[in-house]
Amino acid sequence: MVSDSRNRDWNGQAAPATARRNARYGGVLFVCYLAVYGIFVGINTFHPTLMDGVPFAGVNLAIWFGFGLIVSAFGLALLYAWLCRESAAARDSEERAR
Amino acid sequence: MIHQTSSLAVSVFLAFVAVTLGLSFFLASRARSAHGYFAAGGQIHWFINGVAFAGDYLSAASFLGICGMIAFYGYDGFLYSIGYLAGWVVALFVIAEPLRRLGRYTFADALDAKFHSRGIKLAAAASTLVVSIFYLIPQMVGAGVLIQPLLQLPHWVGVVIVGAVVILIVMTAGMASTTYVQFLKGGLLVLFSTILTVLILQRGFVAVTDPSAMRSQTIERTADGQTRIDGVPKGTGEGEGRLRSVGHIRRLPNGVERTGPVGPIEFFRVLRESEVVLWKAETRKGADGAAVTTYVANPVEGAAVLRPGQAPMFQGLRGDAIAPKIDFLSLMLALFCGTASLPHILIRYYTVKDEAAARKSTVVGIASIGFFYMLTLYMGLGAMTSGAIDVTDSNMAAPLLARTYGELLFAVISAIAFTTVLGTVSGLIVAASGAVVHDLLTSFLRWDLTDHEKVRLGKWTAAGVGAVAMALGILFQKMNVSFLVGWAFSIAASANLPALVMRLFWKGTTRQGITAAILVGMCGSLVWILLSGESFAKIYGLPAEQAWVPFSQPGIVTIPLGFAVLVIVSLATRPR
Repeated sequence: MVSDSRNRDWNGQAAPATARRNARYGGVLFVCYLAVYGIFVGINTFHPTLMDGVPFAGVNLAIWFGFGLIVSAFGLALLYAWLCRESAAARDSEERAR
Repeated sequence: MIHQTSSLAVSVFLAFVAVTLGLSFFLASRARSAHGYFAAGGQIHWFINGVAFAGDYLSAASFLGICGMIAFYGYDGFLYSIGYLAGWVVALFVIAEPLRRLGRYTFADALDAKFHSRGIKLAAAASTLVVSIFYLIPQMVGAGVLIQPLLQLPHWVGVVIVGAVVILIVMTAGMASTTYVQFLKGGLLVLFSTILTVLILQRGFVAVTDPSAMRSQTIERTADGQTRIDGVPKGTGEGEGRLRSVGHIRRLPNGVERTGPVGPIEFFRVLRESEVVLWKAETRKGADGAAVTTYVANPVEGAAVLRPGQAPMFQGLRGDAIAPKIDFLSLMLALFCGTASLPHILIRYYTVKDEAAARKSTVVGIASIGFFYMLTLYMGLGAMTSGAIDVTDSNMAAPLLARTYGELLFAVISAIAFTTVLGTVSGLIVAASGAVVHDLLTSFLRWDLTDHEKVRLGKWTAAGVGAVAMALGILFQKMNVSFLVGWAFSIAASANLPALVMRLFWKGTTRQGITAAILVGMCGSLVWILLSGESFAKIYGLPAEQAWVPFSQPGIVTIPLGFAVLVIVSLATRPR
């Protein structure tokens, strides 16, 4: 990960614009994950027999969905880290252009 | 299970203790200022902090409890893994960066950054102490359980050893030593769990075709503490009885007797197409007052242990009653919301230098913790099908599974399990110590303390909290206290999350609103828990049906209640 240290004020805190942008990215990704987690919990609660189905490779939906939730949490975390880095770089380039 | 002391296990255990203590004394110079003691000076590298997150978070409940639950009931234990990991999404996307920006020592700093309110500090400190105590008890009880087979020492000695080592770790270098112990533990836990999983896959599955493996077994626990198995004393010698293993495979696909090595996906396919034997237990009182439990073989399709709704606590998912379903929803909500509200996790955000480091360390934490939780399913199912543990060993699944691969792996996994307890307990004690010194004494009571006095008081508070933890660990020895971790999540989520989220994202939040939300969330969830069926059955020894509340997990009621109270009180007290 690339440091976004150039985009900080004198005491090491992110500039307010960057903080707001990161919060916006975080909010969107949070809602995406919450929706998938909600579907998983909803199926287990109200239609647990759906989890017995075997979509492929002889492994049931319960295992695929559970592993998928863990892997997707990591995937979204990487995406978030990348987006936050990109936003800092873009802001730097805007400042340079000005 | 009959356990025998292994000199190799004892040596590895002592080496681990020596390394952790040596590390603490080496880092002692970093804890001279209050910021150094409570937050490691904010100088921990983000990668080390990320792995330390794993060391802090993966407590005995995760390593021993989840593996044991999967070994006994299958997939249902994995639901905890999924919920615990999902909580980190809230921590990364919602809490991490603003919390780091606004705070310095405790999460109360972030809540109170704008208001400078004594009420907020008091409420946040009380919530920190309550959550920490609920979390500490199962860790200390688990420490005693772990020491018994490893060193053949009584339970209380195990609790005292853990307490003494943790107090030394925290008193010498505070958050700096705690962080490096957690880093060490987190790294080793993930590494050796991976090794164990590779060995499970390499061994594959073996069918047990001996008809005697299906015979029922009776365990009799007499009033004088003796255990008899099928009428003979429990033991490993001639004329003594051994307990059956928790499960075994009776039939493999295509009638083969062993599969040989299997791949990570093939592992589940083979198990799903096999027949697994578990045990149904029935307990009654004997003529002389002895508790007699009869275990009857219960052959099931492998598919049954790979789907939700098999464990007693989740069986209601496959029924029509609504209360068990709400209980499950409430549990999954508490796990989702609880992680980002645990005080000992939140203070770790102050050990790194800025928000970017907080973000990166959370990503590393999610990678380590998520990977470990995926391994729990292999380790748990491996313990279920390998004859490693018996029907009484639910908390020792991982170490005893390791024993089937040799004494060295058993010794290392046991020592790692011990450092698992050390890492989590030291984090909890630092959090409690910070809450007492920083929030209660300095901010609420307004004691005028120098930096040196804060460190000194912090160390003595750590010793005091450690002593209380030891006493509670001994007091609760006979109780199955693993459910307390779930309660700690519910209380943390109900008391802290509404206040944190609204403080960070709603400008209308007032100090009265935050204080009220913490107190109502904390007290509401505590009262609900104490009136629940689980408390009636496990604490008061009364029938669960007599409970005053319809389901045991409070989160689905008390988390929204915390948000509602904060909004209502903030609107009522907003400046005009």
